[in-house]
Amino acid sequence: MSIGTRASTPTAEDTEIWSLRLYVAGQSPRSLNALANLTQLCEQHLAGRHDIETIDLVDDPSRARDDDILAIPTLIRRLPLPERKIIGDLSDIPRTLAALRLRPAVAG
Amino acid sequence: MSILALPKAPTGISGFDDVTGGGVPRGRPTLVCGPAGCGKTLFAMEFLVRGITEFDEPGVFVAFEESAGDLVANVASLGFDLAQLESDGKLVVDHVNVPTGALDEVGEWDLEGLFLRLGATIDAIGAKRVVIDTIEVLFGAFSNTAVLRSELRRLFEWLKDRGVTAVITGERGDGALTRHGIEEYVSDCVIVLDHRVTEQTSTRRLRILKYRGSSHGTNEYPFLIGKSGISVLPVTSVGLQHHASTERISSGVARLDAMLGEEGFFKGSAILVSGTAGTGKSMLAAQFCDAACRRGERAMYFAFEESEAEIVRNMASVNIDLAQWVDAGLLRFHCFRPNLLGLEGHLFETLRLVGEFDPAVIVKDPVSDLLRLGTEVDVSAMLTRLVDFLKSRGITSLFSCLTSEVERSGAQHIASLVDTWLQVQTIVGNGEHNRVLYVLKARGMANSNQIREFLITGQGIELADVYVGDEGVLTGSARQAQEAKERAAGLAREDDLEQRGVELTRRRESVEAQVAVLWRDFETESELVERLLSNGSVGVEDRAGQRAAQGRLRRADPDDVLAIRRNLPVGT
Repeated sequence: MSIGTRASTPTAEDTEIWSLRLYVAGQSPRSLNALANLTQLCEQHLAGRHDIETIDLVDDPSRARDDDILAIPTLIRRLPLPERKIIGDLSDIPRTLAALRLRPAVAG
Repeated sequence: MSILALPKAPTGISGFDDVTGGGVPRGRPTLVCGPAGCGKTLFAMEFLVRGITEFDEPGVFVAFEESAGDLVANVASLGFDLAQLESDGKLVVDHVNVPTGALDEVGEWDLEGLFLRLGATIDAIGAKRVVIDTIEVLFGAFSNTAVLRSELRRLFEWLKDRGVTAVITGERGDGALTRHGIEEYVSDCVIVLDHRVTEQTSTRRLRILKYRGSSHGTNEYPFLIGKSGISVLPVTSVGLQHHASTERISSGVARLDAMLGEEGFFKGSAILVSGTAGTGKSMLAAQFCDAACRRGERAMYFAFEESEAEIVRNMASVNIDLAQWVDAGLLRFHCFRPNLLGLEGHLFETLRLVGEFDPAVIVKDPVSDLLRLGTEVDVSAMLTRLVDFLKSRGITSLFSCLTSEVERSGAQHIASLVDTWLQVQTIVGNGEHNRVLYVLKARGMANSNQIREFLITGQGIELADVYVGDEGVLTGSARQAQEAKERAAGLAREDDLEQRGVELTRRRESVEAQVAVLWRDFETESELVERLLSNGSVGVEDRAGQRAAQGRLRRADPDDVLAIRRNLPVGT
């Protein structure tokens, strides 16, 4: 899954905190998949420097207005700026990384 | 309502509920589509606002295009106070900010977020009506259109399951009703709005393309966005069911009334006065209004060629005082060039003004000017609706029309629409031209077939006496000559009679004189006779005495003898 080698010297990018927000709808398969995929991704590539907030619109539909949520699941990269929005159950990790503009952590 | 009848939700939009027989299908989505600027958003908003204000059905407006602030501002000019309705908890305007440019999509997704959000809003105010304006914007945000389509289909089904009456707007696409073909998901009712410019005149039209389970008009109905929202103008949606009045009203010209079965026009009928320029059509129209005002009724005069001041002045010159009726509030003028409004605008404006003023009679002078506003078909359709509308309200209408325009089929059409058709024309001859008037058509009344000369006098219009000569009706100087001739003949007869009278008197006098002479003769004679009669006996006695006296005079006998003889009565 590694995409080549890279300088291992830590940069500012590697230490900043990623703030992510995931909108889900109850226990729907897509919601559960998305959460599972995101958790896995973060553990792999953002170990120790991520913060995932999960918002369940079934519990509080009015929250959908905050980020103009239409599609479920929706992942929002709140930090680092600029904000990015990704929809889908994140089943394709490399594409998710690309969409998040997250450089994959060095394998191993 | 029968079991089979599809329940409908009235929109409250003027005219729309008439052409759909009650509104949009209740509890089902309706698609309203058309090009940009056709009035979709306004239609949808009016459906919601009137739902709240007139039918107490709270509503949710989901705006994908305009921001909530823009929407509020745009409809404020129509008198819709969205902020108030929102604070009353009857309306929610939910603006969904759709990201420009496709979102990153990774894996499977659905529109559950929209469903949950909308569902929560509906529940919050107990909404019965929902508008989604314009959902096709989503096609710009999601690249996986297959998923989007299936989600939209699910959305409409979901709305139906929730039992809300929904209006979904869509923008017209190339060769399709909507850009992304969402009409295939909304199959119950499809309304197409259009905004066309023909011959420099813009007309908005509404058509009901589809209405499952309901009858509906298939015509294109013109509609307008006026001061109080949308008004759809039904084309004879009610059919010909006007109340027919037998009441008659005066034309304002006594002798014209006489030509129309002695009583004038039917109340609530349509009258056409056609004629060439300068034949007095406007004057006839003004006199018609004057007559109505004299009866205390309201009259409305639409003038397309003259201003109010000009008409009042012109009529004042023939001693018809229209200004007094204007002051009394009985007569109202609306003078404008017809191209100011356009054909449908004109109709709508007429309907609105008539609705406001509620006149008993209206005049359109001249209706032929309207022919320039559109094609003949359009003008005919407009006039049909106008006449139907006026008839349905029992308003008597008088249209003037230039004869040269009647030749055009649009005007021909009005000739068949009207109940009474008066033709005014000029007859040229004897080095002059004279106005004549005749009744070309008068439905349902005995009418004169005579051509009458039409005079504009110091007291308005009068119809002259009829003089029929060798070459037909005599007019102008020929009539005057005939009148003079008849007057002269009359005078001669009068002279003759007078003469005879004098002669008779004279004869009587002479007869009486003769009688007097005869009487005198007779009296003289009878006097004599009577005298003779009364003197007769004296004579007999006297004869003896006379003879004795004569004897004495003659001395014939001695006195004693005479005395003896006198004592002898006989035999002497």
